[in-house]
Amino acid sequence: MTALLEVRDLRVRYGHVEAVRGLSFSVGAGEMVALIGPNGAGKSSTLNAIAGLVRPASGSVKLQGRELVGAPAHATMAAGIVLVPEGRAILGRMSVEENLVMGAEARPWPAGREEAQAAVEQQFARFPSLQRRRHALAGALSGGEQQMLAIARGLLARPVILLLDEPSMGLAPQLVQQIFQMIADIHRAGTTILLVEQNARMALKTAQNAFVLERGEIALHGPAPQLAADPRVQAAYLGGDVEAR
Amino acid sequence: MGQQALNGVFVGSIYALFAVGYTLVFGVLDILNLAHQAVFMLAAFAALLLVADAHLPLWAAMPLAVLFAGLLGILLERLAFRPLRGRADSNISGLISSLAMGTVFEAIALQIFGPDTSRFPHGTFPDRLIRIGGASASLLQLCIIAISVVLMALLTLLLARTRLGRQIRAVAESPRAARILGVNVDRVIAAAFFISSSLGGAAGVLFALAFNSISPDVGRSVELKGLAVIILGGMGSIPGAVIAGFALGLIEVFTVAGFGSSYRDAVSFAVLFVVLLARPRGLLGQAAAREA
Ligand SMILES: Nc1ncnc2c1ncn2[C@@H]1O[C@H](COP(=O)(O)OP(=O)(O)O)[C@@H](O)[C@H]1O
Ligand SMILES: [Mg+2]
Repeated sequence: MTALLEVRDLRVRYGHVEAVRGLSFSVGAGEMVALIGPNGAGKSSTLNAIAGLVRPASGSVKLQGRELVGAPAHATMAAGIVLVPEGRAILGRMSVEENLVMGAEARPWPAGREEAQAAVEQQFARFPSLQRRRHALAGALSGGEQQMLAIARGLLARPVILLLDEPSMGLAPQLVQQIFQMIADIHRAGTTILLVEQNARMALKTAQNAFVLERGEIALHGPAPQLAADPRVQAAYLGGDVEAR
Repeated sequence: MGQQALNGVFVGSIYALFAVGYTLVFGVLDILNLAHQAVFMLAAFAALLLVADAHLPLWAAMPLAVLFAGLLGILLERLAFRPLRGRADSNISGLISSLAMGTVFEAIALQIFGPDTSRFPHGTFPDRLIRIGGASASLLQLCIIAISVVLMALLTLLLARTRLGRQIRAVAESPRAARILGVNVDRVIAAAFFISSSLGGAAGVLFALAFNSISPDVGRSVELKGLAVIILGGMGSIPGAVIAGFALGLIEVFTVAGFGSSYRDAVSFAVLFVVLLARPRGLLGQAAAREA
């Protein structure tokens, strides 16, 4: 498998805090890779650096062979790196529809406006609960609906790779199931995904390959089923209360 | 009564036009652009130069002066705001650097045009009175009202319906969310400055035509009123600034008619004070503070 996204020796610093320390990994085209690890391990910092929201101290981020490290977020978006961030970043003062339209406007569509509009309608067909609240302010949606809106909006940007940061955070167990089902569907339809999760159990069930991040470094990596069976992972991440870690 | 109302709408349309540009930049950056009044003044002088010295007709001079004002806005953003972006104190330092740029603009105008009042040549605008019911208005006044209303309507459409409008609103709500959506935030801020300063410049040209007088300190007379209007309307709210601009124009005119001109500003600011007691965020202010 050729690497679609290649991250080499990535370092992210906030003042004296070194959040990511020389991280290297790659994601193949069509693959779903999970990045798991405890709170504060540097997962969000990694995604934010890849998406150009924070400028890494050093390292390389290549998408389809093209160096993007240090590029601003609008340039990484143009290249096809689409982030659905922790906390979702919904525009609460805009309508649900406008949020989706902004997603569709993030990158040009081959066949132009009509195609973009049709794609927005497609997302509405996929998420009837969003369709019903199409003209409502996005800030008035429930947490689960906001997460669906954030993912639908991300898909409308036609990601070359979709970065999902804790999509299940703060959701009721039933919704968590639904969100992971959705992510599996999106992957099956051909989207390459880098998934960050604290819900290691679900993430390892859904992804093909996985990395365990601890204190900014990769502690373990391998095929997801293999990691799920690893006694160290079971003890640390699958042994009950994941949230407590 | 009808005559006063007409005069109030006339003055109010200029205040509103000045204020929508002022509040647009505040909405996007959370910073007051204190050079807005100087752009207003320089655009008026630009129109005067084009009419009096270049002998252009007003219908050609005005759009050029407005374009000039928009470009001044981009310059302002580059010099007074962008270098400070990301600093923890960017709100107060931006305020001060824009105040400085405004002072520089005024000094330049003083150098070129002198401190005295300049006037448009006679016949720049046809002198015609039009009767509407019991009131009469000059053609100029009616054109000023019409141009202001059309420009504000265009701004509202731009913000509501276009891609740039959505991007401006996204940056105003959350620069981080906008960046995540691939918005080039610096470029959108520059565009907002261009639009804001164009509108401020248009207000300046109309104001100069209305009173046929331009001086380097002409912006001072609208500066405080513009501030009152955007506070009254709710900081960052375009419809709020429109409503408050017309309201202030009407209040002023009726105050002058009822109590004499010395009470004009006192009553206006008393109204502002009372409104803020009842609604601390202004008429249409956003309830939620924005994210960093
Ligand atoms: N903007 C920031 N400024 C300073 N420190 C930060 C910032 N963001 C994250 N950190 C620190 O970097 C480390 C990694 O954080 P983060 O990447 O959010 O971890 P995770 O997503 O795995 O929970 C933590 O110690 C956190 O406190
Ligand atoms: Mg995180």
